[in-house]
Amino acid sequence: MPEARQTVWTRKDLIGIEDLSREEIELILDTAPQFVAVSKRESGIKKVPLLQGRLVVNWFHEPSTRTRTSFELAAKRLSADTLGITVAASSSVKGETLHDTLANIEAMHSDVIVIRHGCAGAAHILAARHDSHIINAGDGRHEHPTQALLDAFTMREHVRQRRGDPEAGLDGINVAIIGDIEHSRVARSNIWALNKLGARVTLCGPATLIPAHVEKMGASVTSDLRAAIRDADVIYALRIQLERQQKGLFPSIREYIRLFRIDNDSLRAAPDHALVMHPGPINRDIELATEVADGPRSVILEQVSNGVAIRMAVMHLLVNFGGKKPTGTL
Amino acid sequence: MSLAIINGHLIEPSLGLSQPMDLLMEAGVVTKIGTGLRGDETIDARGCIVCPGLVDIHVHFREPGYESKETIASGSRAAARGGVTTVVTMANTNPVIDHAGMVEFVIRRARETACIKVLPAACATKGMKGEEITEMAELKEVGAVAVTDDGRDVASSAVMRRVLQYAEMAGLVCMTHNEDESLAEGGAMNEGFNSTALGIPGIPKAAEEARIDRNIRLAQLAGARLHIQHVTSKEGVDLVRRAKARGLRVTCETAPHYWTLTDDAVKTFDSNAKMNPPLREQEDVDAIIEGIKDGTIDCIATDHAPHTPTEKEVEFALAPFGIIGLETSLALTITGLVEPGHITIERAIALMTVAPARICGLDAGVLQEGSPADVAVFDPNAAWEVKAEDFASRSKNSPFIGRTLRGKVRHTICDGQIVYSA
Repeated sequence: MPEARQTVWTRKDLIGIEDLSREEIELILDTAPQFVAVSKRESGIKKVPLLQGRLVVNWFHEPSTRTRTSFELAAKRLSADTLGITVAASSSVKGETLHDTLANIEAMHSDVIVIRHGCAGAAHILAARHDSHIINAGDGRHEHPTQALLDAFTMREHVRQRRGDPEAGLDGINVAIIGDIEHSRVARSNIWALNKLGARVTLCGPATLIPAHVEKMGASVTSDLRAAIRDADVIYALRIQLERQQKGLFPSIREYIRLFRIDNDSLRAAPDHALVMHPGPINRDIELATEVADGPRSVILEQVSNGVAIRMAVMHLLVNFGGKKPTGTL
Repeated sequence: MSLAIINGHLIEPSLGLSQPMDLLMEAGVVTKIGTGLRGDETIDARGCIVCPGLVDIHVHFREPGYESKETIASGSRAAARGGVTTVVTMANTNPVIDHAGMVEFVIRRARETACIKVLPAACATKGMKGEEITEMAELKEVGAVAVTDDGRDVASSAVMRRVLQYAEMAGLVCMTHNEDESLAEGGAMNEGFNSTALGIPGIPKAAEEARIDRNIRLAQLAGARLHIQHVTSKEGVDLVRRAKARGLRVTCETAPHYWTLTDDAVKTFDSNAKMNPPLREQEDVDAIIEGIKDGTIDCIATDHAPHTPTEKEVEFALAPFGIIGLETSLALTITGLVEPGHITIERAIALMTVAPARICGLDAGVLQEGSPADVAVFDPNAAWEVKAEDFASRSKNSPFIGRTLRGKVRHTICDGQIVYSA
């Protein structure tokens, strides 16, 4: 099943998109279709033995349904054993450090650690010191690399379909990311990935939720939704955390809706072919109108399906091709 | 019994001396500066600079309350290893140093356990709560050398005004940590491109600058002296420069990490790059160096802030602020300021001896006949690698571990006694 190009994968861990080269991102995207196929097998036997006998630990310090389920399914479809550690049951409440917890998990011979944590850098500091393959499933506001990979994969599939070109990439497409950029690891990973793949990124949200100098990451910034989506091939709505309003970061849900909601009215400013994406879970009728979430432009459920394949691809590359020793870099 | 230091190059900023000269001391005081001196005991300082023992007016020795991080004993050994013979300790211990009994405690522990001079700063407000001013007259009587709520700012401008007025009356300098805590809240590093890319909540420079500005204005209103602690930013240096130009009695310090590192050091999520105020950007580093060159920045102080490895080796956002500095400050000054030609070695020594001593009115930082025999002897050319295991401090939280620095302390002498030799 491995193709010749896969020999270029050398990383032990997947910590962030910022560290990856375009070639590495494309390698992951190109590795995913075979796993999409596994999940769609007519036989109904959605399993390959690539990680048979391996232990994948899903270690989640923040609540997550979608991402945790997706990683767990990905591991299972690769025939790995899985173990879930969630924050309520974890040792962090007992005051154990991250390093100690992982050392204990590793003493039971783990192969892959999927970690979600509220603090930026959590996956990074673990990867630098431990032997397991570390996959960052979201660290604070920093990165959520598999989300950006599944998003890029989803965008690329649609660009290829629309252009009738099975080799097409994201070069030159316009992606508008709408919402709370400040607190979003999804936005950051997407900005890095889309830039590396040649897309143009426009960010749009309340001025109070646009982080300092974010344009230097490779994006233009506006607070005018219609200007942001005018040339968009993809409109990517972020989840607005309702507690941000309680902290005074924007005046009201009402005004947020007025200025930034993606609905049939605001969509009139966008090209007809523009896709609508969202990392989930959706606040229906706040950042995304139901008519759009469930409408023909929405590819939100495709993102979810592709997420399993991308995570299978990542685990396969890390375990079967990635280096074994901590690099200490990234 | 007398001790002579011979064959060294003496730098004594208060006398403007920089020449080969011997030093003789007896009974804890300097008895003679000259040539051809001999004592009962002799240190050969060939190839070394001999200067007043260094003075660091901003250190945290954590005793009482946080003895696993540092004690007055271990902190003083770290100071001695850095050539430092006088320190001013901050008051944010547990309990805090906000009444005479606590000042007396620090002084007693220093007498019992320290190998160098440990002088306490006391709180500016009771309980360090920023509400009621402390009994500064009595605090001074029992030995406090400054007042400060370091670690926090005094949020209320009205209280800060009274702190400044009353400290002036009591004859104590008020040293301010300048931070608008509502603006800095939740932040763990400098706010800028790096904080955005790393997804770490930022502390804007304005949080520091707005309070430097306020504290200068309040000092002017109060007719009081003011010492601004750990200036880090370009605008912050400018505010002090303008205050001095207006003739205000304002002084300021910076720490070696603020001219050595930028917030790029956070990219590895190393919590030893986390301190408050945070590491800034290159233009700020340049401005700090400029401020040192033109005299806007009056002295170098380390903000030596020990934390245990267990406390520091955690997620960046959860780690406490602060790094140790006493054992690297001289070498970082030589490596970062003298070697590149920004300032002379004579000026560097002034910034670490007589200048900080004057700010707090200390009998330290000079080597004249009759002054305390506090001396540092260092080889300005010796290169050495900073190693965690070599630190005398109880804590190892330094971002400079692994670096090779120039300038190595050979001997530290306090009150005529050799307290460190390498």
